[in-house]
Amino acid sequence: MNQPLPSACATTLSVTPSATIRQRGQHEVFCGLTSIIWLHRKVQDAFFLVVGSRTCAHLMQSAAGVMIFSEPRFATAIMEERDLAGMADMHDELDQVVARLLERRPDIRMLVLVGSCPSEVIKFDLTRAAGRLNAHYAPRRRVIAYSGSGIETTFTQGEDNFLAALVADQTTVPAARSAAKLVVAGCLADVVEDQFSRLFAALGLQDIVFLPGRKAIDGLTIGPDTRYVLAQPYLGATATALEARGAQRIDAISPLGGEGTTAWLGAIAHAFGVNPARLESVIAQPRKRAEQAMQHYRPWLDGKRIFLFPDSQLEPSLARYLHQELGAEIVEVGSPYLHREHIAGELALLPPGVAISEGQDVDVQIDRCRQAQPDLIVCGLGLANPFEAEGRITKWSIEFAFTPIQGFEQAGDLAELFARPLVRHRMLTGRSRHQEAAP
Amino acid sequence: MKLSMWTYEGPPHVGAMRIAASMTGVHYVLHAPQGDTYADLLFTMIERRPSRPPVTYTTFQARDLSGSTADVFKTACRDAVARFQPQALLVGASCTAELLQDDPGGLARTLDVSVPVVPLDLPSYQKKENWGAGETFYRMVRTFAGPTTRPTDIAANSCNILGPTSLGFRCRDDVTEIVRLLSEEGLDVRVVAPLGASPADLARLTEAAFNIVLYPEIADAAARWLKKTHGMPFVSTIPIGIGATEDFIAEVRALAGLAPSDDEATQRSGRDRLTWYARSVDSNYLTNKRVFIFGDATHAIAAARIASQELGLRVCGLGTYMREFARELREAAAGYGVDALVSDDHLEVEAAIIAARPELVLGTQMERHIAKRLRVPCAVISAPVHVQDFPARYSPQMGFEGANVIFDSWVHPLMMGLEEHLLQMFRDDFEFNDGAAASHLHPHTADAVEDAAAVVAAATEDDTAVWTFDAEKELKKVPFFVRGKARRNTELFAATKGIRPITVETLYDAKAHFAR
Repeated sequence: MNQPLPSACATTLSVTPSATIRQRGQHEVFCGLTSIIWLHRKVQDAFFLVVGSRTCAHLMQSAAGVMIFSEPRFATAIMEERDLAGMADMHDELDQVVARLLERRPDIRMLVLVGSCPSEVIKFDLTRAAGRLNAHYAPRRRVIAYSGSGIETTFTQGEDNFLAALVADQTTVPAARSAAKLVVAGCLADVVEDQFSRLFAALGLQDIVFLPGRKAIDGLTIGPDTRYVLAQPYLGATATALEARGAQRIDAISPLGGEGTTAWLGAIAHAFGVNPARLESVIAQPRKRAEQAMQHYRPWLDGKRIFLFPDSQLEPSLARYLHQELGAEIVEVGSPYLHREHIAGELALLPPGVAISEGQDVDVQIDRCRQAQPDLIVCGLGLANPFEAEGRITKWSIEFAFTPIQGFEQAGDLAELFARPLVRHRMLTGRSRHQEAAP
Repeated sequence: MKLSMWTYEGPPHVGAMRIAASMTGVHYVLHAPQGDTYADLLFTMIERRPSRPPVTYTTFQARDLSGSTADVFKTACRDAVARFQPQALLVGASCTAELLQDDPGGLARTLDVSVPVVPLDLPSYQKKENWGAGETFYRMVRTFAGPTTRPTDIAANSCNILGPTSLGFRCRDDVTEIVRLLSEEGLDVRVVAPLGASPADLARLTEAAFNIVLYPEIADAAARWLKKTHGMPFVSTIPIGIGATEDFIAEVRALAGLAPSDDEATQRSGRDRLTWYARSVDSNYLTNKRVFIFGDATHAIAAARIASQELGLRVCGLGTYMREFARELREAAAGYGVDALVSDDHLEVEAAIIAARPELVLGTQMERHIAKRLRVPCAVISAPVHVQDFPARYSPQMGFEGANVIFDSWVHPLMMGLEEHLLQMFRDDFEFNDGAAASHLHPHTADAVEDAAAVVAAATEDDTAVWTFDAEKELKKVPFFVRGKARRNTELFAATKGIRPITVETLYDAKAHFAR
């Protein structure tokens, strides 16, 4: 369940602006379980059951904050001492937990078993468990499994593994359904999905499937002509799974900002032979709106030096957006994992010399960041307040996973997310920026 | 395996982190997979700590499992000591690392680092956060206070305060309040630990005459060990509430060899406002309001005493998620004539709240949301809590000011007296009706006001009681916060008398039978 290695063609792309800093050490990142927090809201007929420890349950409720109490569609089957004593009855135990759960939530159509570090270390075979439960609950319910463990996945990679499992689960496909022409892969906010749907309709494109859809049970039909495009940059395993079923990727940068969305839609339109004039007429107005909305915030970000810590794999795309559309200077782009083929387009648009780092050694990276004295630090919540206390300005990165940021209409909102801490700092101090305790 | 929507406590290594983060000069190397760093957020976000917690995680990944995770751990230890130069190093494993059996304690010993190493053995699949914190604190105290010998001339009025931690419920202000109170009483507070203490401070624990345990879940084990090893007595009356605070003062004074104050009444009057506020006629309507209490054992037991003896409420349910203190809680519950609920399963707690039909819930963050769903007023009295319960303002729970804070925060969610009267008299007012009744804290729409507790109960109990149309209508004239109880009592009454269907007469017969 590891990310596939970058394919050979990645090495032929001459786009890497500088040598990648590879880091091994403490990673200050979320594990893949965290993606359940948005996935369970998007996929309304699915329930995510983490098979793990109390730590996993604690993570979920800490990360989900207040939402956990509004009857979330996720839970944890907490392994206990006696489960670890012998493997044989773990499956029976799981069956009982699942039975109790489905009794409580009869509306659930798809049960997703999510592997965690403890379940993987003891090699508890969730795929086999899913197969067995499937046999028991079919056809009313589907059961699939994927890994969201920290040892295998970082933050958004959990979504990647979930989508890959959905794609691989061909049993959900109703027999007589026509194949999708285009699969848009990556969880998008409902409002963004609707906007893209309208744009696709205006371009005359049909048979488009968003993955994940609002109903997981609907399944996915892939034919020989199916193309797919990534709406999120962290979908290596999903891409592999789609290709394994015969779908072909449309190469594009992420639809962030006016330029990004234009390029993304352009790549799709080109792949389906849409007349460029038609594309232009469809996107002219929303593109103008995006440009106008970003104008409000550009003065705040133009020329600002920004340092991005690794978190979601969105960082290269965000850096591209910040640089190309808002005029920011990028100090370092950290990413937990670089899928070089998928982000080649983003990196090509960054100026030469930008430091790209993969993985993390957090203390060393903090040293680098302090040394560089950036104007804005994009980082996780474990680092944000400590940086602020040093007099630095931060933007907490998890918000990019929880906020609608893709597409033309969100281009201004995305700029605002970056500008807000700078605006706030000015409001609270009356100064544009000050450094109190720079070491 | 146990199905859990959420959990009252984190894993034991989070408890250990709380000890490390409470202290100064301590660093914790935690053998844990990538992702377990989420726990940093508890400190940097919920507690708004301005620095990273002193924890280095090994954050091993799948690819490390094929190699030597033990080497990863050793490297992390060396780097942490070199970088942070702590006075003491805690080493331990998270739940996943526990499965790998790398033995952090043994590995750290082989490293020969220049600082004392305290190995932690926290069984993640049996124990939980508070136990982990208690065990870690005990290990630290043993390590640093163990080798010391007690001085011969110890002032009788010297004491230590044990138990307050980072991420503890209102620990920050409780410490301030109790230290001030003790100084006023002529006590000399030497060491407060673990909050703010260094390993060197722990070595000074034995220089005080006795210990005060403010949070038994954290410091009970350490205090018992100090008593056994160094002969230090300890006080574990928790000064939450006026009565408890006075008991606490009396006990501490006795232990310190100070005479009990003669002019107790004059000296104490005016030290708190709760006593007068609860006495003032405005609080009359609080009498016998039904309150359900759940939380950690310390806060739950203290809350029950305040509720029944100081505010005149009636305890209709009392529980804790801490099995370690089940005995104490059962004793307390017996005193109020209610069944103790010892459970860490929120579904059970929810069922118990529904069954008890309280008019006020005092609980944790979890009960706040159960209460919200049931539309019952609620106040938070115990961890687990969220960011809003780490307030900027001074908000102790302990001591006299703590009692003032408690009076305000518990009464606040209740509807005010006049509002309650008017609602009973004129329930058809188009603006001021059941729908608008609950305070601004509990907004909900008028058409959703049908008694949620009753609906849930009917569904769960498979209750087939039949009500006539008129009786149902009459039931709705009962104020909404006691309607659930009225419904249940009437149905109980009807069932025992074999009455079917329930009429308006039955409703009033039951009312007379039960007398509220």
